[in-house]
Amino acid sequence: MTDAAQTAAPADDGSGHRAPRNQWWDVWDQFKTHKGALIGAAFFLFIVLAVFIGPLIWSIEATFIDIRSRNQGPSLAHPFGTDQLGRDTFARMLKGGQTSVAVGLTAMGLSLFLGTGIGVLAGYFKRLDGPLMRFTDLFLALPLLPLLLVIILLFRDPLRAAFGPETGIFILIVFVIGITSWMQTARIVRGDVLALKEREFVLAARSIGTPNNRMITRHILPNVMSPIMVSATLGIANAIITESALSFLGLGFPSDFPTWGRLLFDATDYLQQYPERVIWPGLAISLTVLSVNYIGDGLRDALDPRIRGR
Amino acid sequence: MKLKYFLMGAAAAVAMAPMANAGSHSSRGSDGEVKLIFWQAPSLMNPYLSGGTKDLEAAALVIEPLARYDENGNLVAWLAEEIPTVENGGVSEDLKTITWKLQSGLLWSDGTAVTSRDVQFTYEYCTAEGGGCAQAERFNDITSVDTPDDLTIVINFSVAKPFPYNPFVSFENPIIQAAQFADCLGPKAPECTEANFNPIGTGPFTVTEFRPNDVITLAANENYRDPNKPAFATVTFKGGGDATAAGRSVLETGEFDYAWNLQLAPDVLAGMAAAGKGVTVSGFGTLVERIMVNLTDPSADLGDERATLAHPHPFLTDINVRQALSMAVDRELLVEIGYGVAGKVTCNVLPAPAIYASTANDACMTQDIAGANAMLEAAGWVAGSDGIRAKDGVRLSMLYQTSTNAVRQDFQALIKQWWAEIGVETELRDIDASVFFGSDPGSPDTYQKLWADVEMYANNFSGSDPESYMANWASDKIPSPDTQWQGNNMPRFVNAEYDAMVAKMAVTANIDERAALAQAMNDMLMQEFVIIPLVYRGRVSAHSNSLEGVKLNTWDSELWNIADWSRK
Amino acid sequence: MLTYTIRRLLVAFPTLLFIGLIIFLLLELAPGDPMSQVPLTVPPEVKERMREALGLGEPTHIRFYKWLVQFFIIEPQVFLDNTFGTAFAEGKQRVISWQTRSPVMDIVAQRIPQTLWVVGMSYIVGILIALPIGIISAYRQYSVFDQVGTFISMVGYSVPPFFSGVLIIVIFSVNLGWFPSIYDTTLVVNSWGTFVTQLKQMIMPVMVLALQTTAQISRFMRASMLDNLNQDYVRTARAKGLTESVVVMTHVLRNSMIPVVTVIALGVPGIFGGAIITEQVFKVNGVGQLLITSIYANDIPMVQTITFIFAVLIVSFNLIADVLYGVLDPRIRYD
Repeated sequence: MTDAAQTAAPADDGSGHRAPRNQWWDVWDQFKTHKGALIGAAFFLFIVLAVFIGPLIWSIEATFIDIRSRNQGPSLAHPFGTDQLGRDTFARMLKGGQTSVAVGLTAMGLSLFLGTGIGVLAGYFKRLDGPLMRFTDLFLALPLLPLLLVIILLFRDPLRAAFGPETGIFILIVFVIGITSWMQTARIVRGDVLALKEREFVLAARSIGTPNNRMITRHILPNVMSPIMVSATLGIANAIITESALSFLGLGFPSDFPTWGRLLFDATDYLQQYPERVIWPGLAISLTVLSVNYIGDGLRDALDPRIRGR
Repeated sequence: MKLKYFLMGAAAAVAMAPMANAGSHSSRGSDGEVKLIFWQAPSLMNPYLSGGTKDLEAAALVIEPLARYDENGNLVAWLAEEIPTVENGGVSEDLKTITWKLQSGLLWSDGTAVTSRDVQFTYEYCTAEGGGCAQAERFNDITSVDTPDDLTIVINFSVAKPFPYNPFVSFENPIIQAAQFADCLGPKAPECTEANFNPIGTGPFTVTEFRPNDVITLAANENYRDPNKPAFATVTFKGGGDATAAGRSVLETGEFDYAWNLQLAPDVLAGMAAAGKGVTVSGFGTLVERIMVNLTDPSADLGDERATLAHPHPFLTDINVRQALSMAVDRELLVEIGYGVAGKVTCNVLPAPAIYASTANDACMTQDIAGANAMLEAAGWVAGSDGIRAKDGVRLSMLYQTSTNAVRQDFQALIKQWWAEIGVETELRDIDASVFFGSDPGSPDTYQKLWADVEMYANNFSGSDPESYMANWASDKIPSPDTQWQGNNMPRFVNAEYDAMVAKMAVTANIDERAALAQAMNDMLMQEFVIIPLVYRGRVSAHSNSLEGVKLNTWDSELWNIADWSRK
Repeated sequence: MLTYTIRRLLVAFPTLLFIGLIIFLLLELAPGDPMSQVPLTVPPEVKERMREALGLGEPTHIRFYKWLVQFFIIEPQVFLDNTFGTAFAEGKQRVISWQTRSPVMDIVAQRIPQTLWVVGMSYIVGILIALPIGIISAYRQYSVFDQVGTFISMVGYSVPPFFSGVLIIVIFSVNLGWFPSIYDTTLVVNSWGTFVTQLKQMIMPVMVLALQTTAQISRFMRASMLDNLNQDYVRTARAKGLTESVVVMTHVLRNSMIPVVTVIALGVPGIFGGAIITEQVFKVNGVGQLLITSIYANDIPMVQTITFIFAVLIVSFNLIADVLYGVLDPRIRYD
């Protein structure tokens, strides 16, 4: 049985004259050969740059209302058209992207961290399995909406006072999405770890006295990467959509604060009159998720030494 | 006393009955099925256990009051022979007694006779201890309901009632059958599931199957008083979803015949109507979208005394600021964007009926940003480097809250921009309607608590008499910790003169004097700018082209005349 | 394994009681008011009396105790009465919804058929599509099939049902007129004609929901298959001369099922919970719509009961998943 990360895979060219090098270079070499992953990464970088630098260049304010030019189609002045109040859709897409990408990434990160952590601990340490999985059951069973209302009730004002309205709400939303979406990852990771734990290479590593923390980081974690990657991709899509559901319920950002999910939601009513309006946010969310998916695919392949050698 | 207004209504009712008959050529049940869609689904059919409009509308198909309002807001006799007035002897001179006469020969849908005992029982049912009756207020000040004979009901009040038409009037207060609900008094009311889902009534339809929060199927009432009505044999009353989908199913796909209360952006509605399968109908009641200005300081630092009279607001106590906020608003644009034909510009919190509507405040109809700026400048509010006005270190920075709703969020964005143009900074907050309109004293976000500087919502009053509505802004209605934050004087408006007018209206019988008082109260609120009215809102519903006889009624149930509906 | 299952079942009871208590406290703490949908014209004093009539005046622990008794003792008695015609529960107070003033369980029972028809069917359809897609995508990694499958499932997953539902209504109901946009819950399937009608009204919500399920499960299936396809045992199996189909469908598939079983088991309680947004969009009015309207109306007995049943299902299906792990991979030992 191959050991995931410990044995370096043979180099690509097979020459063997190369100086020994960091395994991450191998990972990068493999990643480079994955066309989808490269395109995905380039596109994702493009989106991130566009939404964070774009608003500095495109000078129209996302919340500025020019009521005379409402409901316009794409033009030079408004490349994506305007909405029902005459706000520039392009500016709103850029500004909204900032929030959506930031919320998507951080909330996904938090949920992965919690899910992987709890999953690995529960799967690896038999004593923790029961309590942690019952805790997971509890979170799965909690009704989301009342839970959100309670969290908002308890934490909104303190956070708003401490960090200002926007950052405060950002932290709150990331926290809310993170702690309500880790359970699936935890269950999946735990299931995989339960099976991995009995594999020969783990038994072998244990027999030579590998301490638990190194077992987890070097043997267990690398082998549960693929479900984690899938969870990550699905998690970003989830976070972006959940954020829009939150602000629609009045639990998220103030209503004039654009996000992709909210733009999509608002445009759905105008689907028949102005179909182009749903396209932009829909496309942006889908493409972002798609690009993260390809990055995840590439990373997974690159991290798998069995594939890396091919 | 002159009750011309109501007499006219009574006369209209008498005239209406034959008229409606003349138009109909169909016989009972000849037009098959009619399908109604309500985007809020009814939970039960008993108006006394739920005040929710959706439940009242559904109940209106089955149970009926003694009298109700027509589409113009006039009282018309329904189960009663006529509207009692002082002139016809139905109301006593001292205004403490009103005598109703039931039409003779009325039958319940189970074939038994309707008697005055049923009316008396309805009163007993709603006032029974521990029942939690939603319409209890309508029976205030009643000492007894007597039944001298099978058709006569005498209601005795403990005080003079200038407007004695609250009990047993309108779809909020229909008559229920004594025999069916006899074991359902007080705490037992919720246990009568069968009766609450399937009340025996006098209306044109009876319930065949009631699925709570989903769909109701009804069939024509065999014992309905007009043998030729209703034209429809069955009704399907579907609930749930959203207004957009409801509108679509009537106007675009033609699956349903009638969609209730389509609160949609005007261009969305126009786009749907363009499909040509149905038409929209609109009507106006008393609903006004308004901004409430908080005269007390909602700052969180104040702890228990937050938003109480102990701490006046740092800048909204300056009338110039309040007036400037009102002047900066372009109400015509709000109407155009948010409501279209279902909205009108208004400068009053009491926009209707016509005799109560004031014209003294119409200056607000046109937006005046320059004037607002000049007013703030003159009052000493000077713009800082960030464009926000300030005086003595107090910045004009506000938190503006409302319930979550697409049109309200558009309004918030527009108003925020106008206020920015006069140097006022605004933070927006929208709150889920179930929290905002709840009165949970533990929640910081209820509309009554108003832990914000301004808030926006819509309110109206039931029926056509504004007495209790105008009494909302008396100083004893201020929500505070002592009242568990209940009470509707959200601006925390304190004015002895206003309180005096409220007290006077309660004892004034003359309709003209009442109108003058109501107008004066409205004008005082408007000229103090503690309430900033935005839009006088109507109701839009839609029906299919093949449906005939719909008269949209905003004063009573929309389904008030469903007995007269027919298929073209 | 049997002792493990029994032990887990024993632990499940206190766990569920605890979950029930947490849910109850959460609902208590959540801001909201059962009177929030009563028109503003009803004065505050009247609303206060209505709240008292609902029993809101009583302290929290008494209400929790009452709910426990009603749910665990009286409701099963009612069930017995209905099944065997006995009269255990006569005159006893059942769990009563605040909105409808009728027994909660009756309404839930009324909602189950359409939820099973639509959500359950979509789940089965979703799984049936997802498994082959996931297997083929992994086996032929980076083939055209894989690329198209990836694209469709990712786009499908990132388009929320509030949009995709409305989109297909506009296409298939408004423009083409093929399917009804409003689901008829009163339809009784008793003939070929009504069956066709039922199919027609189901097809759009099932499509929307199945897309989400398919996207999710096929991704996990594909990833897990990929992990296993390169393992040594696969090479060994091939070397032994086993046919490709036996290698893939028996050896690889079985070893790849653990994450997929987890995801599927997590989703089954969700069938009961209904699909809130999709049910709203298509007016299916199943359990999901019941739950969300009850939350909005702050109908605590209803929300508590539905959520608790949901919790029971979650605990049971996670237990089933754990047992299945042992079946799929006999090396997994819990004892």
